[in-house]
Amino acid sequence: MTSWRVDSENPDRLYTVTGGRSRADENSLDVVSLIVSECEPTPGMQSEHVRILRMCHRPTAVVEISAELGLPVSVVRILLCDLLDTGRITARHPPSAPAKAQLPDLEILKQVLVGLQKL
Amino acid sequence: MDFRSSEQPARTPLRSTTTTGLKIVVVGGFGVGKTTMVRSVSEIRPLSTEETMTRAGVGVDDASGVETKTTTTVAFDFGRISLNEQMVLYLFGAPGQERFWFLWDRLFSGTLGAVVLVDTRRLADSWYAIDRLEHHGMPFIVARNNFGEPAHPLERVRDALSLSGDVPLIDCDARRRESSKAVLIALVNHLSTLSSARESIS
Ligand SMILES: Nc1nc2c(ncn2[C@@H]2O[C@H](COP(=O)(O)OP(=O)(O)OP(=O)(O)O)[C@@H](O)[C@H]2O)c(=O)[nH]1
Ligand SMILES: [Mg+2]
Repeated sequence: MTSWRVDSENPDRLYTVTGGRSRADENSLDVVSLIVSECEPTPGMQSEHVRILRMCHRPTAVVEISAELGLPVSVVRILLCDLLDTGRITARHPPSAPAKAQLPDLEILKQVLVGLQKL
Repeated sequence: MDFRSSEQPARTPLRSTTTTGLKIVVVGGFGVGKTTMVRSVSEIRPLSTEETMTRAGVGVDDASGVETKTTTTVAFDFGRISLNEQMVLYLFGAPGQERFWFLWDRLFSGTLGAVVLVDTRRLADSWYAIDRLEHHGMPFIVARNNFGEPAHPLERVRDALSLSGDVPLIDCDARRRESSKAVLIALVNHLSTLSSARESIS
């Protein structure tokens, strides 16, 4: 399913969820950064934050959180930044900093190959 | 939207020892078998989500001359393979058409490599994807999905795609796990070849 829509995203919903903010450091979160909860939800916490904290008892990729919450990746990044800023979650980032035309590390590729061959 | 509802049965979590998420993207035209390939090797049922990007002032309203905002929305699906105690590989099935590439950097920078899935009845669908991958400097292989048509020799496909000789081109059947697995292994072998070549230079 692919869609090309112009101004069709419900802006009110996205605004409510993110408090209308948009931040620079969201970009540090990769779609496969793994998020881990560092605390339990507390009363009064925003419901999306509560769901994220529950979901991330075990490491959970940003993109899985997005699918589970039914929110676009960019909105989830903003929610996660709130939780990161307050130390409620930590993030395990993928190995290489995204750089154009950079080839993956041979040692990593070797491990990927072994893992795939076991499939 | 095609979001999975939160009421569905529990997700399968990753091992708590998992530290490293990796990604490979399967890209191709409509109905070429992207989701099928992800499903055939994934340890979870493929999930889907989307990304949006709002660009200000891209279009100018013709009547008023007022700047407009354009929101691009791209849906994609994914599955995953736990490779070992630490590493998990995410496989993304993504559309190859033009609007998708606006979001490439935000979603898929840092991707190990890509598989371009082609249907020889609609080869033109993949020209654009191949061009964009080259533009992004993203290593890739091309897999011809088996839709049962009389087979042209793969070299004819290579010519039709103007594919350079060092890009692997293979046949596959995305419905079969072994075949999809072989595609991924071919990609990783290709990446290893490229990486070794680079390391021997530096
Ligand atoms: N004969 C044959 N059919 C296939 C193969 N791979 C996929 N299909 C079928 O082709 C149809 C489309 O496959 P999908 O996996 O949904 O394709 P897609 O690329 O994800 O499609 P969109 O996301 O809609 O662009 C399905 O009915 C699949 O069962 C294959 O290797 N051989
Ligand atoms: Mg699909």
